[in-house]
Amino acid sequence: MGAIRLEKVKKTFGTLDVIPGVDLDINDGEFVVFVGPSGCGKSTLLRLIAGLEDVTDGKILINGTDVANEAPAKRGLSMVFQSYALYPHMTVYNNIAFGLKMAGESKEVIEEKVQSAAKILNLTDYLERRPSALSGGQRQRVAIGRAIVRNPAAFLFDEPLSNLDAALRVNMRLEITGLHQELKTTMIYVTHDQVEAMTMADKIVVLQAGRVEQVGKPMDLYNSPANKFVAGFIGSPKMNFLGGELAQKHSCHEIGIRPEHVAVSTENGEIPATVKIAEHLGAETYLHVEADGYGPMTVRATGEVPLGEHDKIFLTPEQDRIHRFDAHGLALGNS
Amino acid sequence: MEKKQTPLGYVSFSVFAWIVGLLIFFPIFWMVLTSFKSELEAVSIPPSFISFDWTLENYAEVQERSNYFKFAMNSVILAVGSTLVGLVFAVTCAWAMAFNPTKRTKDALLWMLSTKMMPPVGVLVPIYLMFRDWGLLDTRFGLIMVLFLMNLPIMVWMLYTYFKEIPTDILEAARMDGATLPKEIIFVLLPMAVPGIASTMLLNVILAWNEAFWTLNLTTSDAAPLTAFIASYSSPEGLFWAKLSAASTLAVAPILVIGWFSQKQLVRGLTFGAVK
Repeated sequence: MGAIRLEKVKKTFGTLDVIPGVDLDINDGEFVVFVGPSGCGKSTLLRLIAGLEDVTDGKILINGTDVANEAPAKRGLSMVFQSYALYPHMTVYNNIAFGLKMAGESKEVIEEKVQSAAKILNLTDYLERRPSALSGGQRQRVAIGRAIVRNPAAFLFDEPLSNLDAALRVNMRLEITGLHQELKTTMIYVTHDQVEAMTMADKIVVLQAGRVEQVGKPMDLYNSPANKFVAGFIGSPKMNFLGGELAQKHSCHEIGIRPEHVAVSTENGEIPATVKIAEHLGAETYLHVEADGYGPMTVRATGEVPLGEHDKIFLTPEQDRIHRFDAHGLALGNS
Repeated sequence: MEKKQTPLGYVSFSVFAWIVGLLIFFPIFWMVLTSFKSELEAVSIPPSFISFDWTLENYAEVQERSNYFKFAMNSVILAVGSTLVGLVFAVTCAWAMAFNPTKRTKDALLWMLSTKMMPPVGVLVPIYLMFRDWGLLDTRFGLIMVLFLMNLPIMVWMLYTYFKEIPTDILEAARMDGATLPKEIIFVLLPMAVPGIASTMLLNVILAWNEAFWTLNLTTSDAAPLTAFIASYSSPEGLFWAKLSAASTLAVAPILVIGWFSQKQLVRGLTFGAVK
């Protein structure tokens, strides 16, 4: 059981408002991802929930109890750190067992729990090793093992995959998702990588400058972003923003159109453009173009497209995929 | 930028290093040599290097005249005692400064170090009077307190620089794992800092062992360590070089042996943070 509720949670460092006041509901068993650019306060928010930072004001309710002033260990949460933060002087077994020892569990219980966590995470053969004798992925699994054995109300992950190489990251992403399906425990996961957010989350919380910009299911954020910031942050490559005539035509300040929602033609279309760089990936082609009157745009075409530098093309946004924004960057609803 | 070293440069550097090394080592070598000479040979000019009658009589006489082991035991108790007491304070102090720094942490550290720059004789009278009134003169307890306070700034500095290298994440992980503050320090911080703590202890044992100002001024017999033992040979009947050398050799021998075997550890501890 792990339902977490934040009520007007505030954090200031000196005169700096890092988190001006966040309200958030996290349901039991949910996989929630905090995403945002560096310095947006997502890690601070996680550390506030963990109890590693003191809240300046507000309530943190875990299963209905306010724990804002409780010590980290009293909150019943486990955390996986970006640096793994394994105890270098202990074996894998002792790393995993440390929390149980601190809780005063009996030797038999510790043995049983460590063995079962090791089995889930394929660490059984490495229990006597020191962390320094493990690969990055294995260390990450030990860190997760240490979190699992305590049977927490929720897992907190602080950018756990950013130290791994690209291939391993995809693997671990799947493993963590699998683990969530198996354990069905609440997980809060912090990342700056919107791909991780989109692929893993039940619910994404987009943060900017300590403020929650939007909360929603991955596809809801993709399809109907609340503002320009979310529209630009979710989705890769980034959404194109166009003003001028086209915006006027849709009676708004600016329109947004995702690279994958623009039709490319060499004969006719709404916006004439010149290809600057074409990135051929096989399954798809990214065209970085200069649109006449609108500046640089990115367009994604499926499959292999025989276009290159200086080629003249025409772009036509899919009308039902156009996002409209007012002068403050707030979404106006699809036209 | 690193220049490539020429063979000539290498040789001249080595020769220079050897000269400096021998220059530093020579007084100790001469002291040991003198301790095996007779009093007459010790002061003979020109001095003899190897071709003299080697004798152990100085050592026998020194042991006969004063109880070496009593002084040595006092030295051990003072050096180890002040280091252990100091460690308790220094570890907690360095923990606070390294992991919970404030705007004033750097100032506090510099202030602590600045106390080492004051000449000890400046506070001799007040401390002597306090010792007299509290009945601490010539007690091991009193001397341990003085030595520990004297070396505390250095211990805090060394441990602080060492703790700074330990990732805060690991301590936070321990906190998440339910470790209380004492457990966090004992089970996580200290085991990771063993090399730093070892070199800090070592340096402080050496400093306390060699300390002569306070030990000479605040002791007479009961708590007198080896420094007092040596000093007793430079008075009152005049200087007896051979016996003084024998006494000095006996006094520095233990610490020399410790230093010799632990030099790697010491150098590592002292340069920690300076080189990565």
